[in-house]
Amino acid sequence: MSILHTVNKSAYERDTLESCVRLAAKGGSVLLIEDGVYSAMSGGIKSSVIENAKGNLSFYVLGPDIKARGLDEGRLIDGIKVVDYKGFVELTVNNDKVSAWL
Amino acid sequence: MSDAKKFMYINRKAPYGTVYAWESLEVVLIGAAFEQDVSVAFVDDGVYQLMKGQDTTEVGIKNFSPTYSALGDYDVNKIYIEKESLEARGLTLDDLQHLVWEDEDEDWAEKDSIRVVTSAELATLFDEHDVVLSF
Repeated sequence: MSILHTVNKSAYERDTLESCVRLAAKGGSVLLIEDGVYSAMSGGIKSSVIENAKGNLSFYVLGPDIKARGLDEGRLIDGIKVVDYKGFVELTVNNDKVSAWL
Repeated sequence: MSDAKKFMYINRKAPYGTVYAWESLEVVLIGAAFEQDVSVAFVDDGVYQLMKGQDTTEVGIKNFSPTYSALGDYDVNKIYIEKESLEARGLTLDDLQHLVWEDEDEDWAEKDSIRVVTSAELATLFDEHDVVLSF
């Protein structure tokens, strides 16, 4: 059973992402959306949350939310894949269920 | 303006995820329109409000970031960014919009509105204001 986890809060403001990666089973996928996309950027003190978890989990980030916030795709943490809304739908159907961390 | 008070607006939220950033900007502009002495601080995720190059066309939300560049025209030219918040997020001043104002006492010379300050300096600044509003 594989789960798609969605996280919509900044790791700099809430501990949502940290709880998600602590409680997500190996092989799961995590999609960062809305303010969750800030956590995908390299060079910050919270970048380690994804750096430490990316061996066990696949990380994705929603492109339109990156653009809206003026973030540079070239400064994403290595290994994070950018998806569009179609990619969001594909992740949803390719996993058995979706868990939205609020 | 003997009845003008010193207002400090503290912005701590990222834009778009919640409505705080937009609401704060409206309140700042209203305060300035009433000729109060307005300062604005960006700390924590609030520093993201000033990111350059915001493009909300694909998310269907109004991009209000160009409005920050109008603050100078409302005599809002004391804009403080907390150094510690920028650094924690791996950001530098170059990642933010360049905000300026024109000084009418110096033949409308264009001057920077943004000052990067430490937490300790901000704490002192907050103390010096009559009203502190947090968003």
